[in-house]
Parts: sequence; C-alpha cells; structure tokens
Amino acid sequence: MERLLDVLREQLRLTGTKEGCGEGECGACTVVINGEIVNSCLVPVAQVEGAEIKTIEGVASGDQLHAVQQAFIEYGGAQCGICTPGMVIAAVDLLERNPHPNEAEIRNGLAGNLCRCTGYMKIFESVVRACQQECQEMLDISDK
Amino acid sequence: MNLVGKSLPRKEGRRKVTGGAQYVDDLNFPEMLHGVTVRSQVARGRITNIVFEGDIPWDEFTVVTAKDVPGENHVALILNDQPFLADQFINHPEEPIVLLAHPDKHLLEEARRSVRIEVAELPAIFTLEESLAKKEVIWGEDNVFKTFLVEKGNVDEVWATADFVIEGEYYTGAQEQLYIENNGAIAKVSADDGVTVWGSMQCPYYVHKALVKLFGLPEDKIRVIQTETGGGFGGKEEYPSLICGHVALLALKSGKPVKMIYDRAEDMAATTKRHPSRTRHRTAVSKEGKLLAQEIDFVIDGGAYCTLSPVVLSRGTIHAAGPYFCPNVRIKSRAVASNTPPHGAFRGFGAPQSIFALERQMDKVAQAVGLTSEEIRRRNFIHQNETTATGQVIREQVELDQLLDRAFALSDYHEKRKRFALENGARDSNGPATGIKKGIGFASFMHGAGFTGSGEVYLQSVVGAEATEEGRVRLLAASTEIGQGTNTIFSQIAAEALGVDDSLIEVAQPDTSNVPNSGPTVASRTCMVVGKLIESAVLELKQTLIGSNLLAENFTQAEFQKACIAYRKQFGPLKSFSKYTPPPGIWWDDEKYQGDAYGAFAWAVYVAEVSVDLLTYEVRVDDFVALQEVGRVINPTMAAGQIEGGVAQAIGFTLYENVVWQNGRMANGQMTNYIMPTAADLPPIRVHFAENPYAYGPGGAKGIGELPMDGAAPAILSAIENATGVSFNQVPLMPEVMLQKFCIARLIPKLEVR
Repeated sequence: MERLLDVLREQLRLTGTKEGCGEGECGACTVVINGEIVNSCLVPVAQVEGAEIKTIEGVASGDQLHAVQQAFIEYGGAQCGICTPGMVIAAVDLLERNPHPNEAEIRNGLAGNLCRCTGYMKIFESVVRACQQECQEMLDISDK
Repeated sequence: MNLVGKSLPRKEGRRKVTGGAQYVDDLNFPEMLHGVTVRSQVARGRITNIVFEGDIPWDEFTVVTAKDVPGENHVALILNDQPFLADQFINHPEEPIVLLAHPDKHLLEEARRSVRIEVAELPAIFTLEESLAKKEVIWGEDNVFKTFLVEKGNVDEVWATADFVIEGEYYTGAQEQLYIENNGAIAKVSADDGVTVWGSMQCPYYVHKALVKLFGLPEDKIRVIQTETGGGFGGKEEYPSLICGHVALLALKSGKPVKMIYDRAEDMAATTKRHPSRTRHRTAVSKEGKLLAQEIDFVIDGGAYCTLSPVVLSRGTIHAAGPYFCPNVRIKSRAVASNTPPHGAFRGFGAPQSIFALERQMDKVAQAVGLTSEEIRRRNFIHQNETTATGQVIREQVELDQLLDRAFALSDYHEKRKRFALENGARDSNGPATGIKKGIGFASFMHGAGFTGSGEVYLQSVVGAEATEEGRVRLLAASTEIGQGTNTIFSQIAAEALGVDDSLIEVAQPDTSNVPNSGPTVASRTCMVVGKLIESAVLELKQTLIGSNLLAENFTQAEFQKACIAYRKQFGPLKSFSKYTPPPGIWWDDEKYQGDAYGAFAWAVYVAEVSVDLLTYEVRVDDFVALQEVGRVINPTMAAGQIEGGVAQAIGFTLYENVVWQNGRMANGQMTNYIMPTAADLPPIRVHFAENPYAYGPGGAKGIGELPMDGAAPAILSAIENATGVSFNQVPLMPEVMLQKFCIARLIPKLEVR
C-alpha cells in the first residue's frame, strides 16, 4: 500500500510536500484533506479516494502568493525551506479557522510542525504579519 | 545604496514558500535506481562472511562491497582512517559494509534485511571514561585521536598561595543535528564525464576531495553539485562525503543513475552527532575574586574514527577559558575513540561543550569567594589589549560590562532575582517544596569566527564574480545556502560594494565544475571571510570595467550593465577572482598553540528565566534574552533568525535532546522519542545586537552562526540553581537526573552530590 505522500511525490510529481520523519511527528508532509490538515505520510492512499486534497502547490493563486507565503519570505519565516511547505499549509489552515489568533493560538496551531532552523519566532511573526496583511487587503477592498 | 543593515527578503524565498525548491529527493533521472546501505549491527568485530539470503532475486541487484572500490577505501579528510565500506574490521554498530541498488524501493528494503553479516565479535568500549581507562584499545596505541596543550604563565606556581582553589567536573551529551531534510545524494557515472553527484551538503569541495581519492580519478572527472539543502548545522559538513561516495560506487557498478535517501531512523542512527564531553576545572582565585589560575582538562568522545575530531577539539580547547583575563592558564585536551558512529561537526564545534563547563565553574567560583555570579564576571572580563589563553591580544574594543548591563536591563535581571527569591521563599513557608519555583540566570561568552589559527591561510579560499550576458553580476563560490542566508547576504555585500541594486546580483549554484573553492560552509566563516572575498571580487570586476574605459568612476546602474555587456562584446568573458589574505598582524604557532586563534570574536551575554516544577521536575524556559556584539549586522532579520534558531537548538541541547545509547547505538532514533523543541515549548527569544564594526569583515561584519549555541545551557542551569538552590553540572538535564539529586538532597541536606 502506497502512502499518500509517495503518490503525491512520485506519481503526481508534486514534490513540494516533503518527508521529514515518516512517522507523523514533523509535519513536513502536511496537506489538507477535505478541509482537515493531515500528515500525508500516515495516510494510506486508499483512504482518500474522492477526497479533495490541497498541497503547497495549490496555496498561491497563479503568480499571486498567499499572504502567509509573502510574509514568510519577508519576515524570515523560511530558512532552509524544508519544513516551509508544511508550515505554510498549517499557518493558512490556522488563519482560515481563526483569522486573528493570539500568540498561544499560533503556537498551538503550529505545534505539529517542526522547524529546526528558525526557533519559530520569525514564523510566529510571519503569521501575525500575514493576518495584518489580510485585514489590510479586506479594508482596501471595502474602501473601494 | 545602504544595503548593509537592511532586512532584504530571502533571495530564494519564493521557491521555498511555494514548494518549488528542488531538494535532492525531488530530483529524478531516467532509469534511476534506488540505493540502500547494509550496516554491521555489532559494535566491534571482524567480518567472517557475507550471506545473501531469502527469497530475493539477487541477480537483479547491484551489490557493492569493499572489493568494488576502484581507488582508496577511506574518506579523505584529516587522518583517512574511516573506510567507505568496512572490509575486514568493524568499529561501530552502523558501519557500512554492503551497498545495494534496485529500481523497486520496497524490494530493496526486503533485500537489505536479507543480507547477513557474519562477525567474530570483539570487545567494545562505549564511553570516554572507558576509552581513557583503555578498557580496550580500539584505535592507535592509546585510543587518543588528538591532544592539545595550551599554556599561559605557570599555573603550578599559584595553587599553594591562592586564597581559594575550586574544582568542578562537567558533562555534556551527544546531540543530533536533526535537520528536517535527511542526508541524501544522487550519482551518475559515465566514461566521458566521470562521476557526477548531486546532494544535500554544506561543503561541495570536501565531497570532491573524498571522491577523487575513492575513484582514483583526476579532479576534473569528479563533479559535485549542491542541491537545495534542508538544514545542516554541521551534520552535512563531513558526512555527505560518505553517502555521496556510496551512491557513486553503486552508479559506477550499475551503470545507471542511483539515488540514496536516508530515512529518519537511518539518518539518526548512522550520521554524526555532537561530541559528548567531560571537562574538569581547577580554578585559583584571590579573595578579591580575581582569577589567578585556570587548569582545564577537556575530553571529547570522537566515536570510532578520527573524522573532524581534532578540529572540534581545537575549537573547544581555545574557547575553554572563556572571555576572561587570567594570567595563568593550562588547558589540556584530548579527543578519544569509542565504538560508536563517529561524532562530528555540530554548530559550535566543541565550544558549547567547553563554554558550558566554564560558565558553570564561574558560578561555583563566585559562591566559593562569596560574590554574586555577576560580580565574579565583572572582576575578570577580558578587555582591549589583554590576552586570551592562547596569548591573543584583543585588539578590538570589547565592553563586556556594558553588554552585561544591557542584557540585565532587557531581562529585568536584578528585579526578578529579588522578586523570585521572595516568591520562592513564600512558597516554601506555605508547605512542602513541591510547587513551581522561578529563577533567572545568565552566561557571558565569546565565539571566534573563521577557521582556527592558520586554518584560513591553509584553505586559500577563492571567490569569483562574473558579468553575465544581460550585464548582471554572478557570484561564484562553493559556499552553500543551507538556510542561513548565504544567497541573500552575498547579494547584499556585492550590491553594496558595486553601488547597484541587489536584484542585479545572481548567486551561482555551488557546482565544483563551475565555482572556485571558497572553503567549507562552516565555522561562522561564510559572511565574515567569504563575504569579504565577495566584496573584493566584485570591486575588482568594477575596476576592470573602469580600467578598460567602459565605465566612469561614478556610474548609474544602467551604465554599469551597459559596460558589462560592452566588455563582453569587446574582450570576451569578464571574470574576477579574489583570494584570501589574512588581516595584517595575525600570527599563529601551530606547535605551541599560541597566537591569534581567530581574526575576530563575537561577544555575548544571554539571560534565561525558568520555572522548575518540583513535583514533575519539568523545567520551562519562560523568557530568553540574547544580546550579542557581532560587528556590523548585514541583514537584521536573518541575523536574528540565526540567533533564534541557535538558541532554540541550545535549549533542546539543555533540556530535551537526550541521545540514549545502547552498546554504541542510538536507541531513540526517532522524532517520537528524541525530543526537539516545538512551537509550544520555546520562550520568547528576544534578540538584541550591539554593533562594533570589524575592520576586516565585509561592511564590518563578524561571524554569527555558531555563537547562539554556546550560551543557553549554562544560562539555564544557572537559572535552575537560582530557582532551587541546587547546582547541576550536566546537560541534557533530564527530569530523572533532577529527581535523583533532589531526593538525595532532601534525605541528606548537606551532602554534595555530583
């Protein structure tokens, strides 16, 4: 039985989803299945027939980066980048559920995604900046 | 332009946040096979037979053993004692013996389990104590890879007359680098091109050197390309030579491209970790609290082969006496062998071990003399024009007192010290001491940037800059981007030097067929040493344009681009190279280990605030202030990111990351049971910089990468002592260690327990 992670990476060539541990600890392989974030290394592919799956490749709209992605580039949320796809997916999911998380909510929301480079501080900042950015965009739209 | 000091966004950021960055496991070639490694399982012995068992179609497999090595069967590094594949003798339980390749990954895994290595076992040793005691001699004549002796003044004349002599013993454990991308490589071999490898690595030219020897091929027949690298921290300094060699041997024999990617369990078990250490201190001090003599015995466990242990030992040795002035110092250090996989480079490179010991010892000395931890340091901080243990005169201005003042102000150190004492005392009087106690502590330290001593001179690093067809500038260096920001800061430095926009600068992918050897990406040297070469290389390129009358002294960016294009049309390719020359007045004696150990030191004071739960012995770090002087900061966001990440790793080193050994093997080699800090575990890490431009660094910068690994462990243990009144001398400090000591302390209140 192939894991969803293997099918994404090897058959569909969607290599943005990474393998860090293969045992559901690190979150590098995080994807969204029917609206829920999941470690794709723990999902047998047979379980997802007919499901809607979003990977990192589907987070930006064409050339337009998601506010979270933009913030990760600008505020130091990504260093080596290997945890970044999973971290971005988790952060986007967090903001979709809770558009204005406090620090504890951000910490808990990202606690399933390990990052060895950043010490997480710049990731938290990126998430905060991304919410501010999204709010600003909403304000800009309502102004018009 | 003023690009230095600006937080430019990460140059390769877009491809990293979109999942487009290509790491080695993301690459595929037609007809590519997968490779795996069969390892020894036993710690020490002699191979008597290799049996290929089971219901496996062995004729479909490519099988490589030591007999297939075309050149020299050792990893060329310092002593050349580590074989690529064990031939007769096994010296650690993860020793690679057989390599297998096949198109089907699942079948390959089954095959790996079906190779039986028959071994006549020999007695093994697993700790540095066993190695020092020569319980078995497993390496050379005495198990010792390397020793250093640093002498300043004469410590022996001091002991008899000193007011106080304080002894202490300190231990640090192994630590896994735990980059999230495991080690991996792909190789292709052809008669025309020779061997090409793609891999996750810090040092392409280390791999190049090792493969030249392994294959016995000329240098231009080995090509090493660094792919996007998902973290290194030292764990991809020397190890990639081994895995790249393995995959290339399989590619040679199979005639097909081969990919080998470790899974997490194999990566944790077989690759390098931080050297475990033991440090003994004997310190003489006057009743005024002046250091009179420091005698330090520093030992690290190097594992089964020498690999980088001599240089790890060197850095640990030089940092062992810390940022203090003491007239008499003797540091004796040894790196010894044990039957575990070789320990290797990990951020800090020996210094976190010896600095931990020193800072704990300074707290102990303070108590013996009756001074505070703060006061003992203030009375001994090193100043400009004073000498370090190696006799290096500190030429730059260094104001550790001011750093301490500022760190204390930022952390409310004094106020908290008072408040916690009251609150902890109130809790005690309310009942049994099982509640949560709070404490605050600090460490002061320094970290040298660049290779030690004459290391940079031997390296002879070279960097290039070339004008592209579009009139842009491409930087040519083997220095790798591993997350720390090489691409971005190199662009900043080059653009600033040229007075153009940073978008005009490209950074070439490290590929030994295309970039010169700018040295390894290690030792906090990339920004300070290689960055300076980048600056000189682009300035020379500019001078060439001016000298050929295609560019005026003052120019716009458009004029610069035009000049590059015109030059190429008229004269052909435009490239300039810059080679390392040491700053003036630097001297180093390799024999006596005396002189200028480093071109520059970064200086720091870190303050940790903790809560200790006396019921569960859980320690939480509640707040962390990291203040450092690192010369000029090139990119504040990235520099702070380096510090935060380093502090997080150091908090892991102190409280969470416990490698459990069983007969030389890591018994907890999974992320499930080897615990690194998550987003929920860490305190706010508050990073501050003091800036004091270094004359010989690009834009005034010094090194930064390793420094943050040094200070957290002693600061946290000092805070725990402040909270509980109990002093600990080892990291990782696990709850069970605390439990044991507290229980004994309660039963026998006055007993001193190690």
